[in-house]
Amino acid sequence: MKSRGFAAALVAGAGVLGSFTGNATAQDDNVFKLAFVAFLSGQAAESFGKPAVQGAKAVIDALNAGSLPKPYDKVGFGGLKIEVQLIDEAGGATKQVEELRNAFERDHVDAVLGYVSSGDCLAVSPAAEELKKLLVLFDCGTPRIFEENKFKYVFRTAAHGAMDNVAMARYLVKRGIKVADVGAMNQDYAWGQDSWRDFKGSLAQLEPEAKTKVELWPKFGAGQYGTEISTLLQENPALVYSSLWGGDLQAFVLQAAPRGLMKDRVVVLSASDHVLPPLGNKMPDGVIVGARGSNGQFAEKTPINDWYVAALAAAYPGLIPVQPHYRAAQGLLGLKTAIERAMAANGGKKPTSDEMAAAMVGIEWDAPPGHIKLALGDGHQAVQSNAAGRSKWDPDAKMVRLVDIEHFAAECVNPPPGVKAADWIAQGFPGAKCD
Amino acid sequence: MSAKLAAAILIDGVIDASWLFIVAVGLTLVFGVLNILNFAHGSLFAVGAYAAASAAGWYYGGDLGPPFFGYLLMLGAALAVAMILGPLLERGILRFFYRRDEVVLVLVTYALFLILEDATKLIWGAEAYYASEPYALLGNVSFFGLSYVGYDFALIGLALIVGILLWFGINRTVSGKIVLAIIHDRDISRAMGVNVNRVFALAFTLGVFLAALGGAFTAPKISVQPGIGITVILLSFAVVVIGGLGSVEGAAIAALFVGFARATAIHLVPWAELFIVYLVMALVLAFRPEGLFQRMSARKI
Repeated sequence: MKSRGFAAALVAGAGVLGSFTGNATAQDDNVFKLAFVAFLSGQAAESFGKPAVQGAKAVIDALNAGSLPKPYDKVGFGGLKIEVQLIDEAGGATKQVEELRNAFERDHVDAVLGYVSSGDCLAVSPAAEELKKLLVLFDCGTPRIFEENKFKYVFRTAAHGAMDNVAMARYLVKRGIKVADVGAMNQDYAWGQDSWRDFKGSLAQLEPEAKTKVELWPKFGAGQYGTEISTLLQENPALVYSSLWGGDLQAFVLQAAPRGLMKDRVVVLSASDHVLPPLGNKMPDGVIVGARGSNGQFAEKTPINDWYVAALAAAYPGLIPVQPHYRAAQGLLGLKTAIERAMAANGGKKPTSDEMAAAMVGIEWDAPPGHIKLALGDGHQAVQSNAAGRSKWDPDAKMVRLVDIEHFAAECVNPPPGVKAADWIAQGFPGAKCD
Repeated sequence: MSAKLAAAILIDGVIDASWLFIVAVGLTLVFGVLNILNFAHGSLFAVGAYAAASAAGWYYGGDLGPPFFGYLLMLGAALAVAMILGPLLERGILRFFYRRDEVVLVLVTYALFLILEDATKLIWGAEAYYASEPYALLGNVSFFGLSYVGYDFALIGLALIVGILLWFGINRTVSGKIVLAIIHDRDISRAMGVNVNRVFALAFTLGVFLAALGGAFTAPKISVQPGIGITVILLSFAVVVIGGLGSVEGAAIAALFVGFARATAIHLVPWAELFIVYLVMALVLAFRPEGLFQRMSARKI
C-alpha cells in the first residue's frame, strides 16, 4: 500500500517535471533547429560523411556570423540562428527512420537535412511525409525518390545519379574518344547496378559501335580485386568503366595501377573525385574523373564559390574540397532560400513546415557548384550542371589536378520533367539542350 | 578455354587462396583449441592492418632505413598487437566464460568485435591510412602476357610458411602434442597436470597474431579505413566452416577450394561471384556436415 502510493507520487512528479522540460525545448522562436544526418562512422564516413559535415559546419558557422556574400548575407536563416544537431547515418535504414522520428518528435527539430545512402533516403522520405515535417535530401543519388513517389515535404537539393553517367558518355564524344569495347566493374548493389545501366545505355546511344566485353560485379566492401583485375587484363577492353567509390575504389586503384590496367586504355571512374586527395600521386594520370556535379575543381569561378573555397581553407587548412563539401553547401543554401522566401510570405515569423514546403517548390539558387533549380519531381528534385575531366598529378602543388575539363549544362545531362531517367536515356535523350 | 585463361585462373586462384588461408587460419585455430568462435577476428585483422599502416607510414615517411626493413616492421606490428591484445582479451574477458555455453562465448566475442571497431576509430580516426611502399618493393612479374605484382606471390610464400610452421608446431613438437591433447579432452589433460589456462592464453594470442598478420600484410594492398574487418569475418567464416572448425589442414584445403571457385567465377561467370563462396559452402556441407576435415573426437558416453 505504502509503496504503491509512493510510486504513484514518483510518476506524477516525473510527469510534472517532464512537461516543464518538454516545453522548454519544444518551440524556440528565435532559433532554427536543424538536424544534419551523414555517416560519422562506417565505410562511407571517410569518403562522404566527414567531408559533408566539414562543409556543413563551415557554412553554418558563417551563416550564424552573417558573413556570406549577397544574397545570403542575412544571419542564419532569415535572422534565426541555426542550432545544428549531428546524427550518424550508420546503422541501416530502419534505424535511420527511428532517428528521424526522434529528431522531429523528441528533439523538435524544424527540419532535417541529410542522407548519403540511397537506401536511407528511400526509407526516411515516407516517414517525414507522414510526420508532415520538412526533409531535405542533399547527397543520395538514386533517381527513384521522385520518379516513383510524390512527396509534399521532401526535397532533394542535388541532381540524381543518372546525370553522372550521361555526362561521362558525352565527355567521350566531346573529346573524340572512340572505343571498340568496354569492360565494367561495379559494386553489386543499387548504386553500381543503376550507374552501369545508365552509362551502358548512354554509350549505346552516343557510340553504338562500342560493345560490352565483360561485366564484373564484386561485392560492396570486397577490397580485394586481384582476380577482377586479371580478368580485365585478359579481356583487354579499350575502356574500363567503374562506379566504385570510397575505400573500395582506393583499393582498386592501388591494386590495378601497378599491374598496368590503367595504362594504354581509357579508364572512366564516374564518381571518383573524392579519392583524389587521399590517393595523391598513387592515382595514375589520364583517368577520366567525375564529381557528380560541378564540384571541387570543376566549380566555375563565381563569388559564392570563391567565398566557399576561402571559408573551407580558413576552417580546414590544407583541405582539398571535393563533392560532399559542395553538396552540403548547396543543400544549406537551398534550404536558406526556401526559408527566407517563406518568411517573406508570412510576415517575418518563423515558418512552419507547411509554409517551408510550399515555399521550396521549384526554387532556384546559386551555390558553389553553380546554379541549382528544383525542376523535376513537381518542383522537388534539383537539376544542376555537370563536368568531367582527366587526372594529372601536380608535383609542385602536391595534389591531383583535373585537366581537359568539359562542362555540361543541366538540361543536357538531366531528363526533362515528366520523363524517367532510364526511359529518357533509352529514347536517345529527347529534349536535351546541349551546346 | 585457352591456355592463357587457364593459367590466369590457376594463378589468381592460388593468390586468392593464400590470402584467404593467412586470414582464416587464426580463426580455426582459436576454435580448435579454445572452442570459441571468435567473432572479433575481423576487427583483430583491422587492428593489425592499422598498426602496420601506422608503422609503415612512420618508417617510410621518415625515410629511416633500408626499404625491406619495412616488412620486418609490419611483422613486428602484428606481433605487438598480439602481445597486447591477446593476453588482455583472453585473461581479462574470455576466461570468465569458459564454462558457459558456446553461444554465450559467441555473443561475448561479438561484443568484443563492436568494442574493437569503435576503439580503432577512437585511436586512428575515420580517415584512410596507406602503407603502399611495401607493395611496390618486390616489382612486377609478367609472363604469358599476364602481369602480376611480386608482392602477391610473396604472400603465397608467407601462407606456405605459416601453414608449415603451424602443422609442424602442432604435430611434431611436444607443446603441439599437448595442444592436441587439450583439443581432444580438456578435463583429462588438466587431470594429467597440463596447465590448460596457460595453453589457452598462448593459443588465443597466437590466433590474434595470425589475424593481425593477415591484416598487416593486406594493408599495403588496400586503403585502411573503418569497415575492412567486416568482409574479412564473412570470408573467414566461410573458409573455416568449409574446412571444418578447428582443422588447420581443412582451412588450407578450403582456402584453395574457395580461391579457385572465386577465380573461375570471376573469369567465366562474373555474375556468380556474389554467391559462389556460399554455394561451395552449401555443397560441401551437404556431403560433409562438419566440413571437410572433421575434428577427431571420441564419442562420450
